[in-house]
Amino acid sequence: MLAEPHSSQTLRLTTTRLIPALSAIMLGFALLLVVGFAPIAEVHNATHDTRHATGFPCH
Amino acid sequence: MPGTFKHIVFSALPAGIVAALLLSMLQIFWVTPLILQAETYEVAAEAVHHEHAIDPGLDELAWQPEDGWQRTLSTAGSNIVMAIGFALMLTGAYSLRKPPGIGRGLAWGLAGYAVFFAAPAIGLPPDLPGTTAADLMVRQYWWLGTVVATAGGLGLVFLQDNWPLRMAGVLLLLIPHLLGAPQPEVDESLAPALLQNQFRWASALSNAAFWMVLGVLSALIFNRLQGRSE
Repeated sequence: MLAEPHSSQTLRLTTTRLIPALSAIMLGFALLLVVGFAPIAEVHNATHDTRHATGFPCH
Repeated sequence: MPGTFKHIVFSALPAGIVAALLLSMLQIFWVTPLILQAETYEVAAEAVHHEHAIDPGLDELAWQPEDGWQRTLSTAGSNIVMAIGFALMLTGAYSLRKPPGIGRGLAWGLAGYAVFFAAPAIGLPPDLPGTTAADLMVRQYWWLGTVVATAGGLGLVFLQDNWPLRMAGVLLLLIPHLLGAPQPEVDESLAPALLQNQFRWASALSNAAFWMVLGVLSALIFNRLQGRSE
């Protein structure tokens, strides 16, 4: 990798690593909320056994 | 799509799918039969108290998967969505750290198990259908709060080396349990205690296997994809 001035390296770290990492983590958490906490009845019914088997709060 | 995000997503997808299929197999042969057995007690109770709703957690009027392949596929599908979600959080974390080997992948998997299963299960153990419990909303808040506190606590303890912050991490790990999980006024279960006990073991062990496989696989695939692009 080419040497870069410190400030632009920090900036690169932020844009090329932190943003994709946080986006992925938030996307992952959103998927989790869909399965574990969806208020839509059809989704809720379809995910019922997964919730029980993985210890998500259910009725 | 930027390169890093692509690596994160493309390593999370196969790892999540494979781990979810393993979890689904364990559930089909081990966990779900216990859920179905517990539901026979629920149905029996429903036949006695006819006016009483069978299962307040299920919307009776909305579509629900029929027992059999529909229900199995629905569960496998939701396992896959859930596992990809978990895997995205792991691979997202990998992208900020040193490349994880098998050992590190296993450690991250165990951390995931602690955050999303073990810590919430201390206060709210997995329950069979037909078990009394506190208000759903309150339990969901406690569950989410415990997940966030445990993730933050483990991060402070293991991912940095400032000692005062490590102590704060330990405190953060303890807070949800010091506050205590919401409990029902009357603790009873339609299913016999033996079945409930079997279910808790089946659930704890199948989730442990799932998380270990998810951690190792996601780490190996993430490294492979990253190595190829460099």
